[in-house]
Amino acid sequence: MTTHQGPGTDSAIEETLKSYLVDRLKTEVTFDQDLFESGLVSSMFAMELVVHLEKTFEVSIVGNDLRLANFRSIRSMAALVRGLRDGDGRG
Amino acid sequence: MAADCRPGPVAVLGAGVMGTAIATTVLGSGLPVVLLDVGQAELDRAERTIETQLRHARMMDALPSGRTPGRLVTTTSLSALAGARAVVEAVVEHQATKVGVLVDAAGVIDADTPLISNTSGIPIDALADSLPRPQQLIGTHFMNPAYLIDLVEVIRGPRTDEATVTAVTELLAALNRRAVVVRDSPGFVTSRLLHPMLNDAARLVDEDVATAQDVDRLMVGCLGHRTGPLRTADLIGLDNLVDSLAALYERTGEQRYRPCEQLLAKVRDGDLGRKSGRGFHDYRETLS
Ligand SMILES: NC(=O)c1ccc[n+]([C@@H]2O[C@H](COP(=O)([O-])OP(=O)(O)OC[C@H]3O[C@@H](n4cnc5c(N)ncnc54)[C@H](O)[C@@H]3O)[C@@H](O)[C@H]2O)c1
Repeated sequence: MTTHQGPGTDSAIEETLKSYLVDRLKTEVTFDQDLFESGLVSSMFAMELVVHLEKTFEVSIVGNDLRLANFRSIRSMAALVRGLRDGDGRG
Repeated sequence: MAADCRPGPVAVLGAGVMGTAIATTVLGSGLPVVLLDVGQAELDRAERTIETQLRHARMMDALPSGRTPGRLVTTTSLSALAGARAVVEAVVEHQATKVGVLVDAAGVIDADTPLISNTSGIPIDALADSLPRPQQLIGTHFMNPAYLIDLVEVIRGPRTDEATVTAVTELLAALNRRAVVVRDSPGFVTSRLLHPMLNDAARLVDEDVATAQDVDRLMVGCLGHRTGPLRTADLIGLDNLVDSLAALYERTGEQRYRPCEQLLAKVRDGDLGRKSGRGFHDYRETLS
């Protein structure tokens, strides 16, 4: 498992997502694991992830951000949340 | 007249699991929908669900590109069906309820508007019996989630006429759906094969042979199922599964269709699957 943390990035979002996923999927997951490829996340659960992210991190995921690729791993979801929180003009 | 040339909306009767998913499919293809149910609460919930499902469909790349979603109108009044280009019935799996709704709809729509039942397994011809124009009725068995699955089992009843088949084929094409047409028979192809398997999967849990989690894990990991039988049962809705099995048992007398005690107990306890938040598995944040 890689845990490369860039300077200034704390991994609180990753940790929150990880404990949610471990709880829901009843299995260990790593930050970089491809959740779809490993068959852990179905297309139904993908939408639950969207709703969960929006609720937990108070963001709204619309337009171009609503792409499966953004939900592939804990890392990519965290990056999406960070981007939306920083208001970096996504979407 | 070809169904997709009609100007009117597609009417969907019943705003439950399937009615909302079918409405999402139609709206996502750019066609307008009139969604009818008996209660305003069901319709309000359906509107929220459809909004989420449209997002879900978009995320999964399941919508035809370049089309603006159609307009949704919800109603509790049958008169709103007048002028519909097609009617899709998706009320509970009870023959008498379906017949009542279909007869009412037939009284409001044009003689050449296809009347479509989304029954899981009640023979189309049995539903056609009380209709003023039985040739107008056809079965389309959309799978759940309808807005993500592009293949539809179409059931041609012995009295379904060619014009109805053509109109439905054109409607499905407008929805980017492919069809496999089968002959009328209890459970058609998919429910006849799937439902007894789901019933058996529930029995395995009841007999403590394996947990629901493990039954699903085995079917996914060993046999290539997408989600496993018990997650499928939860997605269908255990109340509807029991009703569908009962309808098949009643018509065939075959024990494999007799809803098992485990399923009946869950329905009694209100654990209906995804739609109630719990079935064989837990769903805390669902689509609604
Ligand atoms: N759930 C599935 O996965 C699935 C898949 C394929 C086909 N089907 C079939 O589709 C149909 C609908 O199933 P569902 O799972 O959506 O059921 P559901 O219980 O989720 O919804 C049924 C809806 O019909 C409404 N209704 C009942 N009587 C009515 C009436 N007289 N007029 C108008 N609305 C009425 C109810 O209020 C409810 O909202 C059934 O025939 C079922 O067998 C279900």
